[in-house]
Amino acid sequence: MIELLDAIFDPDNLFLRYAFIMGGLASICFGIIGTFVTIKRIGYLAGAISHCVFGGIGLALFLQVNMGLTWFDPIFGAVLAAIIAAVIVGLVSLHAKEREDTIIGTLWAVGMASGILLIDMTPGYFNLASYLFGDILLISGRDLLYVACLDVLVLGIFILFFNRFFSVCFDDEFTSLRGINTTFFYLLLLILTALTIVLLVRIVGIVLVIALLTIPPAIASFYAKRLWQMMTYSIFICLFFTWAGLGLSYSLSLSSGPTIIVLSGTAYLILLIIHRLLR
Amino acid sequence: MFNNHEIILDNVSFAYKQRNILENVNLEVQKGEFASIVGPNGGGKTTLLKLILGLIKPDKGKIRIFDKEPDKIRHRIGYMPQYAHLDMNFPANVMDVVLMGRLGKRNLWFTRKDRAKALEAIDQVGMTGFTKTGFNELSGGQKQRILIARALCSSPDILLLDEPTANVDHETEENLFTILQKLNAKITILLVSHDLGFVSKYVKSVICVNLNVVIHPTTQVNGELIKNIYHGDLKMVRHDHRCSDEGHIHD
Repeated sequence: MIELLDAIFDPDNLFLRYAFIMGGLASICFGIIGTFVTIKRIGYLAGAISHCVFGGIGLALFLQVNMGLTWFDPIFGAVLAAIIAAVIVGLVSLHAKEREDTIIGTLWAVGMASGILLIDMTPGYFNLASYLFGDILLISGRDLLYVACLDVLVLGIFILFFNRFFSVCFDDEFTSLRGINTTFFYLLLLILTALTIVLLVRIVGIVLVIALLTIPPAIASFYAKRLWQMMTYSIFICLFFTWAGLGLSYSLSLSSGPTIIVLSGTAYLILLIIHRLLR
Repeated sequence: MFNNHEIILDNVSFAYKQRNILENVNLEVQKGEFASIVGPNGGGKTTLLKLILGLIKPDKGKIRIFDKEPDKIRHRIGYMPQYAHLDMNFPANVMDVVLMGRLGKRNLWFTRKDRAKALEAIDQVGMTGFTKTGFNELSGGQKQRILIARALCSSPDILLLDEPTANVDHETEENLFTILQKLNAKITILLVSHDLGFVSKYVKSVICVNLNVVIHPTTQVNGELIKNIYHGDLKMVRHDHRCSDEGHIHD
């Protein structure tokens, strides 16, 4: 533990400090957005969005190298792809109920596959694993700034529209009868989910991001009676898992993303069994 | 003004996937009505409610509520959906759920007045003291009552209920109808029900929906009528429910 603290404050280990700050900042939007993803049961949609993000990253790398658009940072490609995917996925889930899972599943796979094809067509070596499973060595000071901005955005929007999001998730038909544009709030929720996913891919990667989005709220739901409680608990649970996972992965020289996921997933399953037995 | 008819459907038709659900429906509902909407499954009961709420638009015909189009007058209608489609693990307490009825286009947060209205509605359905209880800890009948309270706390002039007594026991059903009967003193009530025999003890009229819509005073409900509504022969079981004060005749 003391060694870890020393390591965090060692000036040569800037990346580790960044990773811890990132984990802390990320937990705020993860806890809030994750709670909504869990109660609205849109984990599958979030999965599709996160895999489409890979398509955007591929496109950005392709344009950067092949077309000379050096300003087109992968993060812009990722944000663009995420927002487009969120709107498409949202509209499909609202208007194509019968074919919903097939369409979403197709988007999921096509997003991922086109990312790989675009990277294939781009000269140079890219470490795919770092996008898929996260790589804390890639976290920069700018990423921290982005995540801090996202926190402010997410917190602001949810404080302002808390009652509306609550109602849309609980009973959207009734909410629309009260004169509220439920489609708008549903799409806004998906877009915020998309942005959250993009910025947190750095820590846990595209494939694992969904687990970190849904496991803390799932644990929180054992103890929370109201929505805001579930969010608050989720934030702290998420914080605990990311920090514990980062510390563990550093001490044992393991990949950080998978360590965080295995840790939180195991904790969830154990708690689930305990709760089942106690009942 | 219009002649005391709060809800008017004029030659309304609605089809879903090329299948006619409702055909040339004419219906006039008076102020103070307490009617049960009955009919076979898939006969268009819920569709009729959704048309009145403006959630779906008719393919043909005109719907007027207080002389206006349904989606312009929604704030004067209270609606209680079937609770089966709600997520029972949702983290919310009774107050959270009832306050949804106070949502509006303009107010972002709930005020003290909203809370007072919600408390009043909770009292009206006999759930005083349950405000902090988790919604998912309630029994089926209690959930129905809370959803009625949610519909009530916007002070509606019309109350629409979709199967308020689905999955509740007989005693709870009686309780709910006693509450509704009291509310009917001020509010027009339409409800969808499966159990024609039971509701006819309480309601003033029966709206029969099966492609067409016919409204009958409760006194007219008899075996012949029921047979017509559900098309073809039905097994009828005599029980202690009365269709009207005069009773009804079996073949």
